[in-house]
Amino acid sequence: MAIELKMPALSPTMEEGTLAKWLVKVGDSVNSGDLLAEIETDKATMEFEAVDEGVISQILVPEGSEGVKVGSVIALIGSDASDVASDATPVAPVAVASPPAPAPVASPAPAPAAVAAAPSGDRIKASPLAKRIAAARGVDLASLSGSGPNGRIVKADVEAAGSATAASAPVATAPVVVAAAPAAPATNAAIPDFGIPHVDEKLSGMRKTIAKRLTQSMAEAPHIYLSVDVRLDALLKLRGELNTSLADRGVKLSVNDMLIKALALALETVPQCNVSFGGDVLRQYQRSDISVAVSIPGGLITPIITDAASKSLSKISTEMAELAERAKAGKLQPHEYQGGTASISNMGMMGIKHFTAVINPPQAMILAVGAGEKRPYIVDDALAIATVMTVTGSFDHRAIDGADGAQLIKIFKQLVEKPMNLVA
Amino acid sequence: MSNYDLIVLGSGPGGYVAAIRAAQLGLKTAIVERENLGGICLNWGCIPTKALLRSAEILHYMQHAKAYGLAADNIRADLDAVVKRSRGVAKQLNQGVTHLMKKNKITVHMGEGKLTGPTSLTVTSDKGSENLTAKHIIVATGARARDLPFAPADGKRIWTYRHAMVPAEMPTKLLVIGSGAIGVEFASFYKDMGAEVTIVEMLDRVVPVEDADVSAFLEKALKKQGMTILTGAGVQSLTSSANGVRAEIKDRDGKVQAVDFSHAIVAIGIVPNSENLGLEGLGVAMTKGHINTDPYCRTNVPGLWAIGDITAPPWLAHKASHEGVIAAEAIAAELGNKDVHPHPMDAKNIPGCTYCHPQIASVGLTEEKAKAAGHKLRVGNFPFIGNGKAIALGEAEGFVKTVFDADSGELLGAHMVGAEVTEMIQGYTIGKTAELVEGDFIHSVFPHPTISESMHEAVLAAYGRAIHI
Repeated sequence: MAIELKMPALSPTMEEGTLAKWLVKVGDSVNSGDLLAEIETDKATMEFEAVDEGVISQILVPEGSEGVKVGSVIALIGSDASDVASDATPVAPVAVASPPAPAPVASPAPAPAAVAAAPSGDRIKASPLAKRIAAARGVDLASLSGSGPNGRIVKADVEAAGSATAASAPVATAPVVVAAAPAAPATNAAIPDFGIPHVDEKLSGMRKTIAKRLTQSMAEAPHIYLSVDVRLDALLKLRGELNTSLADRGVKLSVNDMLIKALALALETVPQCNVSFGGDVLRQYQRSDISVAVSIPGGLITPIITDAASKSLSKISTEMAELAERAKAGKLQPHEYQGGTASISNMGMMGIKHFTAVINPPQAMILAVGAGEKRPYIVDDALAIATVMTVTGSFDHRAIDGADGAQLIKIFKQLVEKPMNLVA
Repeated sequence: MSNYDLIVLGSGPGGYVAAIRAAQLGLKTAIVERENLGGICLNWGCIPTKALLRSAEILHYMQHAKAYGLAADNIRADLDAVVKRSRGVAKQLNQGVTHLMKKNKITVHMGEGKLTGPTSLTVTSDKGSENLTAKHIIVATGARARDLPFAPADGKRIWTYRHAMVPAEMPTKLLVIGSGAIGVEFASFYKDMGAEVTIVEMLDRVVPVEDADVSAFLEKALKKQGMTILTGAGVQSLTSSANGVRAEIKDRDGKVQAVDFSHAIVAIGIVPNSENLGLEGLGVAMTKGHINTDPYCRTNVPGLWAIGDITAPPWLAHKASHEGVIAAEAIAAELGNKDVHPHPMDAKNIPGCTYCHPQIASVGLTEEKAKAAGHKLRVGNFPFIGNGKAIALGEAEGFVKTVFDADSGELLGAHMVGAEVTEMIQGYTIGKTAELVEGDFIHSVFPHPTISESMHEAVLAAYGRAIHI
């Protein structure tokens, strides 16, 4: 009796993923808990464990297949090795949009190999041109939602979806079709070929997500930017004293750890900025979960310090160190980077003086932190030297008024310049 | 002071259609017009020129009656009567728009509108001025003819389309400057009415936005009718006197020659009517006087929308009307109507029609542009000489050309020149909008005998399967 192995939902929002790598092959025996495959979602690569035991009798979705819908059958597990031979019939790869042949299965289990493109009862509404381009590019129409009249899938929808069968990256000379394929979902413009020597690399799931979300943010959320200079001397002094006493516990606070706390406390003071714009509703969060931008190979991820306002600095520091380490290894769990009520992005370590950041939707604000540096500073009407950084808040102006944003930035500045409140 | 959901500024084919669609969707709507309901299109553009051209066409047939086995003597044109008929048609349609406004309960404010804010304006007329406010305003004030900088039209010897529509006298020797749609339409009209016509075009071919094959065909046809066509040429000066105009024309070799004409028509493009509307004060983003909009016709100022000739090209009445519908639906959606689903405009699917003789109609990319965009092409061409109906009509001059993407079978463009093509282009437009591929056209049954069979054959030709050539 074959067991259907289905594409798992590795996060609550996951609708489809890339089957990055099979860790088993046909004929392998698997036990509950064995690693079967690596699945790449929009943000991370995760391992897929076996729940059942048996012998892998068929692999229906080849490695590297993109856009595999959650719940679609990706492999069959037979009860013993005898299933393998009888199930060895080649099966159309899912990604191909032509009607997949029902896979003959040894058992009476109604297990059509047809996955995404299988007629699920509802006819897929797509224009003839969309169907043809989808077939040529291996895009599964069932995985798309149509933007045409009555939800009809049109050419633009298929082009936005990218390609599942484009030649594997990198390719030296890109034919037009391949060049157009990896376009970010928000834009379907092919890069014109000017004959300049180049290499096209297929976008990772993370890169696609970054492109889609940042484009969406800039297109939908009218950004306003509020900058202020913040004196850091008191915070640096406090950090030195705290680190001396924390050394025994192996904790070393970074400036950023303290800024995370300051932002969370500022959001509690000015809750008008701890919101999401929901079209019909404005959601006011009753907790400050701070997403912290962490640069990782091939992109960026934002692990979250939940309820940062009520956590001690040492707790934030240890959590952050641990999250950043796992982020860089690509091992974060979805709940650790999905969510958050506001973000902070710090480019101070790279010497950037001032920058503006793109809001991370559905959040409504992000704080961009520049480098702390010694600058001429007026203290009591006399020129002095102070360590100063420039921070800039980006606010979704649909949800947050300028005055409220300014109030948040003001409170943040006060908390950093009089930092005892961060430990109080 | 009245408060509306929507005020439309300008009642041309963009504005009045937007107002009707908005009213259909239950919005409390007003429209502001300074001159004639229906705008240029109905009163001074598309429609009255078609009336003029129809008279010219019938005259042409009468003069060629013999070719159809008929005899007609003493054929004359009465210019005054022709113009009177044209004005009558315009008046009838103007009254039609008045009726449509009433039927849809749209309040008409006659007067000059000027924005005082994104959602407020004043309307000034002889009777005084009034302030109106609305949740949204659509600017649809259109455009006017561009003048030659050194010789502004005076209506006596130097005309724009507007003067050419209501001529006080018949030109004997006419200079047409510019060979876009307006230029060649008036050239055709006055040629058929008996004038000697010269067209001067700065670019290297007539109707330069059309496919090069269409330009070449039209140039040959116009020359055969007896017109003088100077391409790659420019008018350097234009001086009018009581008896006519003298033009210094620089030809394609750089030689300058002075030529005398009885009248000149300037048809070198349009200027948007974006001045004195209060747009600058509101910070409305514009490009060369044309308002920038998103695909749903929003400007960068919330609450303020723009459609038609005052926005980006193509500057065509049907583009304005369609934008009017999109904008009205997008506004209704913003005001909470969940049942409307506006679809953004795709400029590649907007057909263009020119009513010269022979007619031109096209949609989508020219062969040249399709090639430049990187498409691998399949091009089909079918001449009217292979179409029975065209021969029966005595209209065997013309062709249909199709441009397909060789890989996807997408119809990238279609280009037609000849009799009745302006009535046929919608077939390809529907096909393009519905994203049909070559097989859909090939498997469609076209009625016999019609000129539209040429459209079928042109698709077959692109795939090496044409039957009648």
